[in-house]
Amino acid sequence: MTALSQGRTPPQPPAALAAAGPSRSRVDRRARLFLYLLLTIGLVLMVAPFAWMLLGSFKPQAEFLRSVPTWLPTNPTLDNYERLVARLDFPRFFFNSTVVATAVTAGNLVFSPMLGYALAKIHFTGKGVLLLLVLATLMVPASATLIPNFVLMSSLDLVNTYPGLILPFLAGPFGVFLTRQFFQGLPDELLEAARIDGAGEFRIFWTIAMPLAGPILATLGILTFLGSWNAFIYPLVMAQEPEMYTLPVALATFATGQFQADHGMLMAGSVLLVLPVLAVFILVQRWITEGIATTGLKG
Amino acid sequence: MAGSGRAVKRPAAGAGVAAIEPTPAFAGGVRATASDRGGAQRNLVGWLFALPFVLIFTIFLAGPIVAALVLSFTDFGLRDLRNPLGTDFIGLDNYVELFGDATFWQSLFNTAYFVVVGVPLTLTVGLAAAVALDRGIDRFRTAFRVGYYLPVVTSIVAIAVVWRYVLNPDVGLVNMALGAVGIDGPNWLANPTLAMPAIIAMGVWRNLGFAMVVFLAGLQTIPRSLYEAAAIDGAGRWQSFRHITLPMLRPTILFMVVITTIGYLQLFEEPFVMTDGGPLDRTLSVSMYMYRQGFEFFHQGYAAAIAYVLFLLVAIVAFVQFRLLKPQA
Repeated sequence: MTALSQGRTPPQPPAALAAAGPSRSRVDRRARLFLYLLLTIGLVLMVAPFAWMLLGSFKPQAEFLRSVPTWLPTNPTLDNYERLVARLDFPRFFFNSTVVATAVTAGNLVFSPMLGYALAKIHFTGKGVLLLLVLATLMVPASATLIPNFVLMSSLDLVNTYPGLILPFLAGPFGVFLTRQFFQGLPDELLEAARIDGAGEFRIFWTIAMPLAGPILATLGILTFLGSWNAFIYPLVMAQEPEMYTLPVALATFATGQFQADHGMLMAGSVLLVLPVLAVFILVQRWITEGIATTGLKG
Repeated sequence: MAGSGRAVKRPAAGAGVAAIEPTPAFAGGVRATASDRGGAQRNLVGWLFALPFVLIFTIFLAGPIVAALVLSFTDFGLRDLRNPLGTDFIGLDNYVELFGDATFWQSLFNTAYFVVVGVPLTLTVGLAAAVALDRGIDRFRTAFRVGYYLPVVTSIVAIAVVWRYVLNPDVGLVNMALGAVGIDGPNWLANPTLAMPAIIAMGVWRNLGFAMVVFLAGLQTIPRSLYEAAAIDGAGRWQSFRHITLPMLRPTILFMVVITTIGYLQLFEEPFVMTDGGPLDRTLSVSMYMYRQGFEFFHQGYAAAIAYVLFLLVAIVAFVQFRLLKPQA
């Protein structure tokens, strides 16, 4: 999004237009005000559910029984959060989500760039086929492989284990595309110098190419972590014992089960699931939207 | 590898065999056979680099796609989990049953409803926001972009849980707002006619930021000079949009149609959390029906047939839309 940040001042109108008179610029100003108004209404609509979630998480149970709800909690309380920890073991789910997302991210930061590098910088037989396979991966709906993967994990006794939740996601097409694109831009001379010095290809990859890919790896890491943190249908199937639940699985299970009407606690759970992600996103949003913009893909 | 340094260089377009030979700059003193040995070694190194991805791809993706097809011809169920290879083949029975399964057709209709209404709405709103951000305003761009993008990075489960609360008839935000202007809001998610529109609205809300960011990137590749030339010729804002922006953005729009359609065909979390497929199965999606058959009723063979139909649907949509993309590429 660099082009955007380069202070895109409206282009200076050519002399011919500037001569068109002041009426034109006044219309523009009014149109612009109208756009600001529309965009601001949109922004309020985008943020309102998050605000409603946050405020709801501080409302005591009694306030959900009122005939007319209020924006702000009248008697704010941390009771909802306390119950999450005391009754539902949310720290455990938080821990599970962290372990799975960290392992998946680490895998993607090594294995995906390896293939991305090979596709960009090594000429080997079968490269074209591999590239097609990576592309095809993007088209496969998760549900198509869900049942065979469940059968596979069951027969390996990996249901309800960390490896069962992690292994299938250790490398993904998004990282391959992202890093391939970056490595293609690296000058060959840089790598050849090292090859002439007798360095092996993996060493070149690890000590020369990877350090240069820092920013793109940061983007990949953040997007992978987000994707894994938010993943649902696969862990829903693969984590059937409560002690292996990830946060989304726990939240969905409680939201559709015995705590269905406990809005306060469900909002507190949502806050725990959402807040870390939003905090990280707002800090690094430029990297994320840039990664999306350059590849047009979601993590 | 070291001896044939230059040979690794990216071949000139269409050079093929010629690229394997050392370029003149390095030919002096380099063994003629090195290039052949280099070639074999390059293949080995290349495939070693690809190995982790290929393993994961084969075991957890390609294998399961084939296995799903095989499973869909069996009556695989709970008892077979201990001994998967002992399951019974029943030919096309699952598909025949599926063809006569009213619930399946309902789920297919619901999913199509979500896609046919949801995709154009999401992309239109996303495009409008992108155009407004790109050409209409010059301040607070980052604030708008970040704000509109927030739901995209948020867990769908959390969003669905929050929206269920937002749409709650008694304690929800929407009906509170409607009540403030004297309207008695309906029970959105319990109403068979309103439940799917409510879920579509939430889908648009969640995904328009993604479309916006991709469209913004596309808009920035359109040369300013085109608009200036059009303005000199007296083109209005709408004419510029219609005759410059839309045609120039065509590849991006088609790409977004493909990606969004594929995503929306897999609708799952929203009805799972918000409505459990109800009321009257009006929000039951294909993915959800597959999950229900496979993991609630434990008819995994039947569920695999449903999954395969979905897989084929996605493949057909992707194929057709890529054919549309091709002339532009």
